[in-house]
Amino acid sequence: MGLFACATAGFGLRVKVELQHIHKRFGPVHANDDVSLTVEAGTIHGLLGENGAGKSTLVKILSGFITRDSGVILLDGRPAHIRSPADALRYGIGMLHQDPLDFPPLTVVENFMAGSPSTPPILNPRAAEREFRRWCARFNFDIDPHAQVGDLTVGERQQLEIVRLLANGVGTLILDEPTTGISASQKTLLFQTLRRLADEGKSIIFVSHKLEDVEALCDRVTVMRRGQVAGELDLRPLHAGAQQASSHHPEIAARIVELMFGRALAMPTKPPTRRDEVVLSIEGLVLRSDRLEIRVDQLSLHRGEVVGIAGLEGSGQQLFLTACAGLEPPAAGSIHIAGHNLTHRPYADFLRAGVCYVPADRLREGLIAGLTIQEHVALRASGRHFFIDRAEVRAEAERAIAAFNIRGRPDTYVERLSGGNQQRTQLALLPAPLSVLVMEHPTRGLDIESTLWVWQQLIARCQQGTAILFASSDLDEIVQYSDRVIVFSGGRVSPAIPVAELDVELLGQMIGGRF
Amino acid sequence: MDSAQLLIILATAITTATPLVFACLGETLTERAGVINLSAEGTVMLGAMVGFVVAKTTESVWLGFLGAAAVGMLVALIVAYGAITLRQSQIAIGFVLALLCSDLSSYLGNPYVRIPGPTVPPAFPIPILEAIPVLGPLFFRQGDVLVYASYVLIIGMWFYFYRTRAGLTLRAIGEQPAAAFVRGHNVVALRYLYTLIGGAMIGIAGAAFSLDFKAGWSHRHTAGYGWIALAIVIFGGWNPLRVALGAYLFGILQSLASVAQSSIQDVPTQVFTVAPFILMILVLVLTSAGWLDRLLGYLPVTPRRALMRALRTAPPAALGRPFEQD
Repeated sequence: MGLFACATAGFGLRVKVELQHIHKRFGPVHANDDVSLTVEAGTIHGLLGENGAGKSTLVKILSGFITRDSGVILLDGRPAHIRSPADALRYGIGMLHQDPLDFPPLTVVENFMAGSPSTPPILNPRAAEREFRRWCARFNFDIDPHAQVGDLTVGERQQLEIVRLLANGVGTLILDEPTTGISASQKTLLFQTLRRLADEGKSIIFVSHKLEDVEALCDRVTVMRRGQVAGELDLRPLHAGAQQASSHHPEIAARIVELMFGRALAMPTKPPTRRDEVVLSIEGLVLRSDRLEIRVDQLSLHRGEVVGIAGLEGSGQQLFLTACAGLEPPAAGSIHIAGHNLTHRPYADFLRAGVCYVPADRLREGLIAGLTIQEHVALRASGRHFFIDRAEVRAEAERAIAAFNIRGRPDTYVERLSGGNQQRTQLALLPAPLSVLVMEHPTRGLDIESTLWVWQQLIARCQQGTAILFASSDLDEIVQYSDRVIVFSGGRVSPAIPVAELDVELLGQMIGGRF
Repeated sequence: MDSAQLLIILATAITTATPLVFACLGETLTERAGVINLSAEGTVMLGAMVGFVVAKTTESVWLGFLGAAAVGMLVALIVAYGAITLRQSQIAIGFVLALLCSDLSSYLGNPYVRIPGPTVPPAFPIPILEAIPVLGPLFFRQGDVLVYASYVLIIGMWFYFYRTRAGLTLRAIGEQPAAAFVRGHNVVALRYLYTLIGGAMIGIAGAAFSLDFKAGWSHRHTAGYGWIALAIVIFGGWNPLRVALGAYLFGILQSLASVAQSSIQDVPTQVFTVAPFILMILVLVLTSAGWLDRLLGYLPVTPRRALMRALRTAPPAALGRPFEQD
């Protein structure tokens, strides 16, 4: 521990971090190809890129979790020998991993003590708890020191990790996709905390694939693409006039997107719908679960129409969507599909009527982990034949992979695919003529390119006459693609409002219950 | 049966269970680090044989224990190398070693079957403590140094697990090795260390049989004890105190069986040697079954929470899984 003490003393606050010509290969994949990055002390530096661009690899190298093949790491101009997390910690570099790397069965205080150099050989939980509370109070974190870590939310586990790293004297803080899976208020608190730490002189590296998060928080951004640095931009002009909300600098955003994808991306646009033929109609629907009851008096979905559902998560959207798909029997009311009353009919009748449900949890409900893409294709086609025609199934899987631009082979297991490619696979597996497509969070966790691509596909479906009913927590997505919007709030359901009469701000108010 | 008789039965149970306590604690240590040493059955037997042979040839019981510890470490080293370095199935490696070592003990120990050998010299009651009513005669008039050593081990291991930084690290590497790794711990080295120490303790358990509690050596001298130790570790929820309690419970079942054997003449003796194992399985099933949860559901909230925490056990999350650094 003596070594630790003197090393951290040497690298106290205000450390400039430089990575020079970093290379890392995983078999045939060149994950980091001559990457150089400089992070000034006291700044928040964004590292932006699509999934698989090499961002995580780079920061894991800096934190010692992965050893680099070649390249130099300089801290305040002096070379640092980082070959393990223990080395990195000695230089005051700490990382918050994408999936929380903590000990779920242990308590918060035990997690705080584990691996901390200031923990005495004989544990002193009271002293550790006092110190933990001090740190929490400093950042307005509210975590019960005696709770089991497994019972905390992802956001709280993140706060625990931040506090633990800071208590261990970390001067360089790396965060890998920290805004995934945390609530809006936790995100606000996180951003405040990071800003404050930067102002105190710490260097912060913020890894994300979310453009809006990087824009909102970072001083500079380095964009990575396919293992290389695509470019670097100064984002401070964005914050200069940031007092008025959503002051967009479209030229900077467009420049970043161009760096991320190597070209400007066209936003798919939704053409207006004619609203002539009703495909789904709901009258006086009442739905009950253990926790809530919701009523939808009247809703009609027209051919080719997109209706978005906004609202805080858990306000009954899932219940409503599953009921529309025929998976949940209503307590009262009726559901008509294309003029036929399908209330209380089995799910198979809904499928025959051309209704399809795409759940949010791709690996648990949508796809079957442990099966390959071609096995999914075979499963969908399962009919009267006892044997699987392997050649045909493979050919069909290859067609789907080509048509839907899936990065995988027919024999790739679905759990090995990235989130975007899993969603592409789900879309590829949907039957061709569909009258109603019910989707829960169609683009959650996807990078920008996949998101746009998914919506291109969905809009193409609409033009063939499919009506889409989807729930999302992304208000921009709802306003951009919907014809009409419904808001769920505290058990109440608003009537469908044409999107022309809405903007994101009004939607926010409605979600708060004002309608 | 009067209370004096009961006390004797319980005191005997503690004596009988002592080798098992060593084996169970060794296995607990290993499994807490995330490694399953399934070879316990073979290691105990090989430890018994080697301990006896070394003690017989060197005329020193303590060297016998040392030899047993060394052979236990050797077997654990094979488990550790296969499980940690080669990242192979710990179940397969351990199971094969269990079979191999028990046969090896019969083969190599053949010349030493049923001959007299050295035994651990008797110890004295512990002054002051022996005067405590009930507990004194139960725990502190044991007249065996190994029994006293086992007490120290039980308490010491509990203290180590829950009150020291190193123990916290040990629990950490068994739960989430990657998280321990990013905190700067050498997961591989620590897993080797704890597997080896645990193996040594399992080996010592064997010698405790052949040099003390079941003095002497014969074929399949300790058959069954290794397997029951593995079960007791699960029953004890990987907590040294509860694991020791499980071992003592087994000891009580054994003493009761021997009492029953002397009073009921017409039942074959094999029934009584096997009965504790069957009863132990029954106890395991009962304590781990879902009906216990349902029964607890009828209790008011406060005692229910306390009882649940005491009864509910989860294995170390990374038990049996190799640690892979990307």
